Amino acid sequence: MRLHEYQSKRIFAEYGVPIPQGDVARSLEEVRQIATRLGKPVVIKAQVLVGGRGKAGGILLARDPAEAEAMAERILGMDIKGLTVSKVLVDEAADIAQEIYLGVVIDRAACRPVMMASSEGGVDIEEVARLTPERIVKVAVDPFLGLREYQARDLAFGIGLDRAYLRDFVRIAQGLYAAFLGSDATLAEINPLVVTAEGELLALDGKMIIDDNALFRHPDLAELRDLAEEDPYEQEARLFGLSYVRLDGEIGCMVNGAGLAMATMDLTKLYGGAPANFLDIGGGAKAEKVAAALRIILSDKNVKAVLFNIFGGITRCDEVARGILAALEEVKPQVPMVARLVGTNEEEGRALLAGAKLFTAETLAEAAQKAVALAQGRM
Amino acid sequence: MSILVDKDTRLLVQGITGREGEFHTRQMLEYGTQVVAGVTPGKGGEWVASVPVFDTVHEAVTATGANTSIVYVPARFAPDAIYEAADAGIELVVCITEGIPVLDMLRVRAYLAAKGTRLIGPNCPGVITPGEAKVGIMPGHIHIPGPVGVVSRSGTLTYEVVHALTRAGLGQSTAVGIGGDPIIGSSFVDILALFEDDPLTDYVVLIGEIGGTDEERAAEFIAAEMSKPVVAFIAGRTAPPGKRMGHAGAIIEGGTGTAAEKIAAFEKVGVRVASRPDEIPELIRELS
Repeated sequence: MRLHEYQSKRIFAEYGVPIPQGDVARSLEEVRQIATRLGKPVVIKAQVLVGGRGKAGGILLARDPAEAEAMAERILGMDIKGLTVSKVLVDEAADIAQEIYLGVVIDRAACRPVMMASSEGGVDIEEVARLTPERIVKVAVDPFLGLREYQARDLAFGIGLDRAYLRDFVRIAQGLYAAFLGSDATLAEINPLVVTAEGELLALDGKMIIDDNALFRHPDLAELRDLAEEDPYEQEARLFGLSYVRLDGEIGCMVNGAGLAMATMDLTKLYGGAPANFLDIGGGAKAEKVAAALRIILSDKNVKAVLFNIFGGITRCDEVARGILAALEEVKPQVPMVARLVGTNEEEGRALLAGAKLFTAETLAEAAQKAVALAQGRM
Repeated sequence: MSILVDKDTRLLVQGITGREGEFHTRQMLEYGTQVVAGVTPGKGGEWVASVPVFDTVHEAVTATGANTSIVYVPARFAPDAIYEAADAGIELVVCITEGIPVLDMLRVRAYLAAKGTRLIGPNCPGVITPGEAKVGIMPGHIHIPGPVGVVSRSGTLTYEVVHALTRAGLGQSTAVGIGGDPIIGSSFVDILALFEDDPLTDYVVLIGEIGGTDEERAAEFIAAEMSKPVVAFIAGRTAPPGKRMGHAGAIIEGGTGTAAEKIAAFEKVGVRVASRPDEIPELIRELS
C-alpha cells in the first residue's frame, strides 16, 4: 500500500525527522487558511499516488495566501496520469542550499534492509542508479541490530556531507529507519532531504510503501488507504479474495494460481492476441467467486473473449466446472468463452461443460489459440 | 537418492489440527509420507488420523524423532512456528503459509542461517519426491519418478509443467516449490546446487517469474558450477511494471525484474528458455 507524501511525512515526524510546517487541504478555503496561518511563502503540492507530479505542473510556489489560493485552483481537479487531484499539501517553502537523497528499501538478493544515500537529491533515484551508480552509497542493515550510528556516518561521509551536519544527518537516518521498521514498510524515502540556507536539515518530500501482509498489526495505517486512488475493479476483486490487474488487451483471463495466470497471459500474446487482465481466482471454485471474477473481467469493455484455464489439483475439475456453469447462469456473458480444465477429475469437468455454450480445449496452447481466434472474429 | 525429502523423512506437521493442516496431513499419509507427529499448542494428547499431536515441537521431536517439519500455521503465527522448529533441531522446514510480513522473513532468514536450518518457502506448494514422500499440498498423482529435477517459484504452474513432463514420460527426481514471496528461505541457486550433487537427477527444469534477480543469479551459477543441463521457463512476459501479479514477489520494480532480462540472462549462458510450458519436455528430449 503506497502512502501519500503528507501521510509519509507525518509518520517520519513521529520518529523525529524534521519536516516543513504545513497541512493538507481539500478546498481553496482550507488552502487560504493554512497559508495565512503559516504566514510565509508556501509550496502547493498535489497529493496523488503517482510519480512525476512536478513535471505535470502539480507543484507550485506561492508568496502569499491569495497567490496560494490561485495556485491551488490550478492544481485541485487537475488530472495527473489518469488520477484526479482532490487534495493538496500546503507546506512552508524552504530556502534550499543542498539536496540529498535518503531511502531504505528491502534488498531481495541480500535479504537485508538497505539504506541508501546520494548527493544527487531531488531527482529520480532510479535514473541516478542507472546513469551514475557511483553517486549512490549503500549500507546493509542487520535485521537484529538495526541501523548503527557508524553506518549512518558512513553514508554521510560517503556522499561528502559537510561535517557540520553529521549529527543531524545521523539522527534523521536513524529516525527514517525506525519509521520503516515501525510501519512495516518495504520502502521509506526522503527525496529530497535538504540543507536549508539557515543550515537546517529538512525532509521536503516523503514516500512510503507499507507491506500489505503486515497491515493486520497496523490498523491505524490500514485506515490511510486512499480508495479514490485505486482501480475500483481491483478493489472489488480484493473483497472477493481475488487478485486482479487490469491490462489493455482483449482476452479476459481467469486462472487459478499466479504463475499459471501469468503464463496464460503470455500465451495469448505468443499467439497474436493480448491479455485484458491478470486474474488469480485462488484455491477452491465456489460459484459466487467465479461469478464475481467473471463480472469483473467483463466490466472491461475491451474484452472480446474469455479464457478459463484451471489446473485442478486439490480443487477438482468437476467442482470448478459446476462453479463456471453457475456463474454463467448468473452473469450471462455476451462474449465467446474457452475453457481448459486439466488435472483431478478432468473428464467429469469437461463432460459437465460440454452442454454449456463455451468452447473447450485440452491444452493451454490450444485454449490460447482458440481464445485469440475468437477475439479476432476468426472462429 | 533425491533431494530434501525421501522415504526416510520423518515429518512433523505444525498446525495439524487446523482445516488445511488436517486435510493435507491425510493427503500426505495417503501418498505414503511418514507423518510421525503433529503440533498444535494446547492440543497435545489428541490425534489426527494416525498421528499423535503434541503441544511443542521439542516434545514431538523427542518422542518421535521427527527431522522435517511442514508449517500450515496462519501468517501472523508462522514466524514463531519456524523459530520453534529451528530451536528444536529440525533440519528442514517447509512453510506453506502465504502472507507473512516481509520484515518478519528477514529476521527468520538471518536466524535460520545462524542455526543451520534449511527453509523452503514460505508461500510455496512444498516438496515432493515421487513415489517416496510428499511434503506439501501438490496433487501427488500427477508426478512419476524419473530423472528431471524441478524447481519453481509457483504452484499451479509447477503442476502444469510436471503434468506435461509426466505425459511425455519424463519422471521427476524431486519437485521443489521455493515460493512466491520476495524473501524466501531457499533460492534457485540453493536448490540447483542440490540437484547438481544428486546422482538421480540428470536434467533440471527451472520455472521463474518476474520480480527480483534470483533467476539472473541462477544463470550465473549454472554457467559457473553446473554440469547438468537446465531448461527454463519464465512467466510474466506480458506483465506491466509496478503491478504485483498475485505473488508478493512478482513485481517489476525500478525497471528491474522483467521477464526479458531473465530470459536474456539464461540465453546468454546457453540455457534454453521454453516459450510455453508444454515445450519443456521437447527441449529436454533434444538434450538427450
